[in-house]
Amino acid sequence: MRNLINNYEEVFAIVLFGIGFVTLLFHQNLIKKIIGLNIMDTGLYLFLASMGYIYGGDAPIYAENAGFYINPVPAGLVLTGIVVSVSVTAIMLSLSIRLYKRYGTLNLDEIYLVARNKINER
Amino acid sequence: MKIKTKIKEFVSQSREWTESFSDMSEKRDLPRERVRKEEHMVERILEEKAGHMGLLKWRRLYLVLAAISALTLITVLLVTVANLPGFGEHHEHMDTVAQYYIDKALEETGAMNIVAGMILDYRAFDTLGESFVLFTALNCVLILLRRDFQEEYRLSDYYDLTRDPILRRVGMVVIPCVVSFGVYVMLNGHLSPGGGFSGGAIFGAGLIFLSLAFGDDFAARLVSEKLFKGVAAVALGFYCLAKGYSFFTGANHLESGISLGTPGSIFSSGLILPLNVAVGFVVTLTMYGIYRMFRKGSFK
Repeated sequence: MRNLINNYEEVFAIVLFGIGFVTLLFHQNLIKKIIGLNIMDTGLYLFLASMGYIYGGDAPIYAENAGFYINPVPAGLVLTGIVVSVSVTAIMLSLSIRLYKRYGTLNLDEIYLVARNKINER
Repeated sequence: MKIKTKIKEFVSQSREWTESFSDMSEKRDLPRERVRKEEHMVERILEEKAGHMGLLKWRRLYLVLAAISALTLITVLLVTVANLPGFGEHHEHMDTVAQYYIDKALEETGAMNIVAGMILDYRAFDTLGESFVLFTALNCVLILLRRDFQEEYRLSDYYDLTRDPILRRVGMVVIPCVVSFGVYVMLNGHLSPGGGFSGGAIFGAGLIFLSLAFGDDFAARLVSEKLFKGVAAVALGFYCLAKGYSFFTGANHLESGISLGTPGSIFSSGLILPLNVAVGFVVTLTMYGIYRMFRKGSFK
């Protein structure tokens, strides 16, 4: 419990991750699902960035009067994560545009019903 | 059980309704085909309702399972966090790789920015994959949203900002600053915070602002499809040639042969500067291309 209070940044990152996960699971609207996935990504970046921090450390760029540097590895990982998140968001948004054009709705249940009716008609 | 009885009630009620409806229509001497069509429509609506009710049944199960899985995941993650080392503490036995990068990056890669030295020298192959992820995403968006032949709805017809005098005036001042700052961040990636990804994102934002403020046609004249394809192919091809060999040499690092130069000057740290520029162009084109596809569906 004490460790949880001490690691408040990681706890907040997990809370953000949970908010995103619940949004992803409990909403039927595709755009809201995408927003939930992005919130999950944000929680993950916060987690990685806070794992790499060291008290009193400087940013990992060489300077003359720097004492010591924080961990540079999570910065590279967050960079990769942001790039992948942007790509995935773009693909998901364009897929939902196509779905909306075909079915006229963004609600997953309605898309399912319309698609099933179309199959039955054949 | 309740749902099933509800559906049955609903079906019987609406059958009565349709019968009365057809009686009425016969009284009015409507053509039989039209009556049949309407009956068919009512049946379809009924089927849809029944589908909805079946779906509702599954939805309850889904909600319970989803709540259980979300709670489990969050609990497991919180327990893990409770057992992690404290925030901001330094553990030498855990940070050996990071310590190696910090100690040796300047001497081995010549980059003042340790992160740039890490992602473009030690882990350059990983960054190559990353830029290919971006390029693949751009291709997917192109496949999904491109419409050169069929004229459908266009966002640019609904949402035109080019007649806004404030945006144009502000754009004249801001766009050169944004673009030159993007190029600055791209070129100084090995000396200061930033690099290809952030610089490319700033450059791309400048291009998006340009095409918002001065019209899509103006931006299309500046960045034609040919230029777009050429720059993307050259940038990715250069990156592949510079770093893709590690796929064949078993991930061994080969010397580039370029001298590392004096650390801190702009022409230093070997291949990192050109790689930053290549990555920056790929990111710029991806940002701008995705915006273009969402707005208009073509580069024209």
